[in-house]
Amino acid sequence: MGVDLQENVALTAPQTVKSNVLGDNIITTSLDKLVNWSRSRSMWPMTFGLACCAIEMMAAGAARYDLDRFGILFRASPRQADLIIIAGTVTYKMLPVIRTVYEQMPEPKYVIAMGACASSGGVFDTYSVVQGIDTALPVDVYIPGCPPRPEGLIYGLIQLQEKIMREKNSFGAAIGVGEVVPG
Amino acid sequence: MAIKETMTINMGPQHPSTHGVLQLILELDGETVVKAVPHVGFLHRGVEKLTEYRSYHKALPLTDRLDYLAPMSNNLGYVLAVEKLLGITDAIPQRAKVIRVMMAEVTRIKSHLVWLATHALDIGAMTVFLYCFREREMIMDLYEKLSGARMTSNYFRVGGLSLDLPAGYEHDVKAFIDAMPGHLDTYEGLLSGNAIWKRRTIGVGHISAADAIDIGLTGPALRCSGVDWDLRRDNPYSGYEEYDFKVITREGGDTYDRYTARLDEMRESCKIIQQCLDRLEDGPILADVPWVCLPPKKDVLTSIEALIHQFKIVTEGFKPEPGEIYQGIEAPKGELGYYMISDGSANPYRMKIRPPSFVNLQALPQMIEGALLADVIATIGTLDIVLGEIDR
Amino acid sequence: MSQAVVAKLKQEYPAAVVDVVEHRGETTVTVQKEDIVAVCAYLKNEAGYNFLCDLCGVDYLGVEPRFMVVYNLYNIATKERLRLKAAVAEQSCCIDTVTGVWSTANWHERECWDMFGIRFNNHPDLRRILMPEDWVGYPLRKDYPLQGPDRQPYQGRLS
Repeated sequence: MGVDLQENVALTAPQTVKSNVLGDNIITTSLDKLVNWSRSRSMWPMTFGLACCAIEMMAAGAARYDLDRFGILFRASPRQADLIIIAGTVTYKMLPVIRTVYEQMPEPKYVIAMGACASSGGVFDTYSVVQGIDTALPVDVYIPGCPPRPEGLIYGLIQLQEKIMREKNSFGAAIGVGEVVPG
Repeated sequence: MAIKETMTINMGPQHPSTHGVLQLILELDGETVVKAVPHVGFLHRGVEKLTEYRSYHKALPLTDRLDYLAPMSNNLGYVLAVEKLLGITDAIPQRAKVIRVMMAEVTRIKSHLVWLATHALDIGAMTVFLYCFREREMIMDLYEKLSGARMTSNYFRVGGLSLDLPAGYEHDVKAFIDAMPGHLDTYEGLLSGNAIWKRRTIGVGHISAADAIDIGLTGPALRCSGVDWDLRRDNPYSGYEEYDFKVITREGGDTYDRYTARLDEMRESCKIIQQCLDRLEDGPILADVPWVCLPPKKDVLTSIEALIHQFKIVTEGFKPEPGEIYQGIEAPKGELGYYMISDGSANPYRMKIRPPSFVNLQALPQMIEGALLADVIATIGTLDIVLGEIDR
Repeated sequence: MSQAVVAKLKQEYPAAVVDVVEHRGETTVTVQKEDIVAVCAYLKNEAGYNFLCDLCGVDYLGVEPRFMVVYNLYNIATKERLRLKAAVAEQSCCIDTVTGVWSTANWHERECWDMFGIRFNNHPDLRRILMPEDWVGYPLRKDYPLQGPDRQPYQGRLS
């Protein structure tokens, strides 16, 4: 029945806390900042609207609460995206699809759980609803609300931008030396 | 000697044009669709079972999340069904009925705007998407002023409304319906005469009247195949018999007809809203049925009987007589039906929701067999489906 | 008008009609499940009920027969509604399909099979529609837990 949720260990964020392999001087930290800045100011989410939150996500992308001014461009293909916004209720039937799509996304990738249903199952405490997408994917930002206002989504995206800015050794990881240390 | 082989492709649950989590397994011979099998259920949340564990008042917010593009429409169907079960349909005050009709028509425009936005976006007209969402923001402002939430309003109550209109609300609605016909003219100007739009929609997704009735199609899709049936006129509810509006039908049964018909439906909705504004008078907004409707808050804070009523209604709920009813309303997508059985307890014994999109989607395979792959996208758009309703 | 239809139905199929109830202006006719296709065909062709609005199952746990399949019909010409019910016992949990009468019954019956486990004989494509294909159990039955078989039931208060 459904998906075995025990075998998730490989999908959680890397736990290694290595210090900066390249050292902690002004050049490496500035290069890290440059990489972080370029990553966070051009996050391309994949269109993964499942339910009602998808409509608020579309409204956030529309004219009044423009997301394009943050560099956020919705891409339909997971291969070209670096962020997945799980907007809506996740069911056991949909979970293998989400995992396939998540695994198709190239590193570095981030996950936002938008809305109450993605964060914790929401108002649907039933047999077919996964009680929070964090049982299967490593979530970076949770946005509460049912549905969250577009301003709430934008706030969550900015929180993610700040989280990316706090990462260390991103330049090192980009050239293949060491791993990204999450901030 | 050519060997004919078909290719089976998956238009998976994650797809920008499937309007939600719909999976279509298409068997293609080149670009022509030989067979199409829709798979649904990726958003099945168990709403029907969940309502069996909630009292009638508490099951109301769950209905917002069904057809999340037209939330007040679902609310309306639900409260009408519960009122029918209780037998208090005649006790609903006039002001509540007028406001219900007004908000139902505003919701119809809201749903049709999303239909036009996503349908046009799928076919390639991105400008229309942004224009429609700009108009939708005006409607979301109306929703927010009235109920507090942009989308999942939960505004109607069994017996009437939860809150009265805020001051100046009629002016906001009037400003909206004054601006709307101009915007509809803009959309028509962008699309109706456009050669690409016409090539993509005329003759696409055709269904005859007999097939449509047999497969259970309702709403604008049925009316565009020549069947003159609208529940607002034929089995009126909430005072619809007092309003003067045209039922839009077309004879062609293809995508272009459904497009023009829904635009005309938006115009008719503006006319109905104008009539509602003219008809609005002062009065109570909740029926005088103390064991069902919550008393006004200032009485709850000052009088002991009102406090006891409030306590009993919120904690225990009301218990309708045992029996069963079916209430159908003309939701923007078709006939939304609620079949409710009461066994005399505070929770519904069974609540079956008859979603219009679920039944409309059944017509998809026969509409696209023999058509090109690009027509599949246009047909899904024209059927106007929403997966929250299909899967419940 | 639906009284006239019900009276004629009782004349045509006297053995099939078990019960007729009127409640809140709606008529509900309970028939034997063996005659369901004949009654539906009669109502569609002779009485003009050409539209099947809804087909669903109900679980009356504790009552014999346990299940009820409910058909909500509509006559587009006269704008009248009628409800048809057929009782299905738990032991022989099957009933004939009415997809030959109204093709719209196809998906409704699939949903009824998925949620209740009521088998529809001669259905063109009887498989699960809302739950995953390999799901075990019929969720809308009254003895199926709301949170599912592998989770703890909700421990808090609902009111």
